[in-house]
Amino acid sequence: MRIPISAVIGLFFTGLYFFVAIFAPWLAPYGMTEAVGDVWEPASSTHWLGTDSIGRDLLTRMIYGGRTTIWIATAATILSFATGSVLGLLAATIGGWVDQLLSRLVDLLMSIPSLIFALVVLSVMPVTITVLILVMGLLDSTRVYRLARAVAVDINVMDYVEAAKLRGEGRSWIIFREILPNALSPLVAEMGLRFIFMVLFVSTLSFLGLGVQPPAADWGGIVKENKEGIVYGIPAALVPAVAIATLAISVNLVADWILNRTTSLKGGRG
Amino acid sequence: MHPILKLLVQRIALSLLLLLAASAMIFIGTQILPGDVAQSILGQSATPESLANLRAELGLNEPALTRYFDWLFGALQGDLGTALTNGRDIAESLGARLKNTLFLAFWAAVISVPLAIFLGLLAVRYQNRWPDKLISAVTLTSISIPEFLIGYVLMYFISVKLGWFTSVSTIYDSMSLGEKLSAIALPVTVLTLVVLAHMMRMTRAAILNVMQSAYIETAELKGLSMFNIIRKHAFPNAIAPIVNVVMLNLAYLVVGVVVVEVVFVYPGMGQYLVDHVSKRDVPVVQACGLIFAAVYIGLNMVADIVSILANPRLRHPK
Repeated sequence: MRIPISAVIGLFFTGLYFFVAIFAPWLAPYGMTEAVGDVWEPASSTHWLGTDSIGRDLLTRMIYGGRTTIWIATAATILSFATGSVLGLLAATIGGWVDQLLSRLVDLLMSIPSLIFALVVLSVMPVTITVLILVMGLLDSTRVYRLARAVAVDINVMDYVEAAKLRGEGRSWIIFREILPNALSPLVAEMGLRFIFMVLFVSTLSFLGLGVQPPAADWGGIVKENKEGIVYGIPAALVPAVAIATLAISVNLVADWILNRTTSLKGGRG
Repeated sequence: MHPILKLLVQRIALSLLLLLAASAMIFIGTQILPGDVAQSILGQSATPESLANLRAELGLNEPALTRYFDWLFGALQGDLGTALTNGRDIAESLGARLKNTLFLAFWAAVISVPLAIFLGLLAVRYQNRWPDKLISAVTLTSISIPEFLIGYVLMYFISVKLGWFTSVSTIYDSMSLGEKLSAIALPVTVLTLVVLAHMMRMTRAAILNVMQSAYIETAELKGLSMFNIIRKHAFPNAIAPIVNVVMLNLAYLVVGVVVVEVVFVYPGMGQYLVDHVSKRDVPVVQACGLIFAAVYIGLNMVADIVSILANPRLRHPK
């Protein structure tokens, strides 16, 4: 099996980002909140990316920031998938009023833009990482639900599912042993896209001051902390743009590859 | 009743129902925390007296259902309550800001919609050749960067390095249209870039979908020119999906506006909303949330109505 070059690049950078996120404390040259120089020093051999608005090493902030951003995005994606796909598969296999109830609830949640709804909820909730993960994950699970349900409805009428039902298998067997393995590839590809969306979402919230709270670092927060420098021509606030864009594009490339691979195997999506 | 009319009435009724449900969601969204709103506004160190005062002021001693209906009927009559932070009438403060936001969104739409359709057509015309690939690459990049970062990148290069436009988009009523347009040039560009990517991708997909259908192949085989194929067969069938794409993206604009306004310190609804979220000013947040949801649901409804109207199969009932 040959892996296309775009997927290799995607896998490499995705892997690199996760590696840096996991080993941040060992890789970062300075302490996360340690002021080590002047305000907004330009890049030098001691500070590869320069320093930030209060003299902390920007590379260190970016490494710890990536750790926070990726950890929140990963946790929210897992929550979103666990909730969305289980409910979607249940709705597809049970049908009837359960399906109706869940689907209408999802329609309703999706009728309000998620950023707006997240802002409404965060106006009364304490802004902690747990709350962020819960809010983002649950709001986003609506999209996973729709996909999982659509895929599962198709699979549910396949012969092998019929056969399993006639054998007298229980519902959990049908869902986890018959439907889920066959619904996995579109779900995994979607997972990449949801993960990127989560990275953008948490960065946006932090940028608005409603996400990760200082002195903890995250990519959106780094933009917020350094945005005043822009008008003086100091590009520190733009560094996270490069990080977010490379991560998002790499994950996209991997997701595309997974999707194409499964499509060519089965001769059709889903 | 004519079937189209029936469908339209159903669709509008559905939107109203959705809006009602959305208003309930927004209301519930501000009630789900373990303590209550007063506690979270004042923090843990609040004295019992000040808590009781704030609870009375917010009407928290009433049951939630009564409060919801009071709020809803107030909102229907244009009374959105008063802000906790400065005690001013919310509807009054919102009026001018809503106007500014619509001004911004209007110009972003005027520029992005024709451009996206044109580029989408271009991508289809040169499918899988370099213009198409270039357009795809640019769209992929621009949907991989959050709006606010595109804003700062443009601000850094265009307004700071080149000095073409101001980096802060303050507008006043006394400014002329030209001055206003120059002030909002950068935020409009950011919004255009963000929406353009989605709109172009979806336009491309919509037209490709039409171009691959059997009747286009028939038209080709019977020797029609490319121009006539597009004019007579492809275009009428592509209108509905394209308008749908446009409307969905205008709805997306609603969200983009919130962030972009904060970046460029633009005096619109989005900035007002974000400011008051961090101040925990619940009535303002509810009011803004309701308006954003209404616009969003409204645009989605228009998208559906257009595709109902454009569907020729429904126009001639059997």
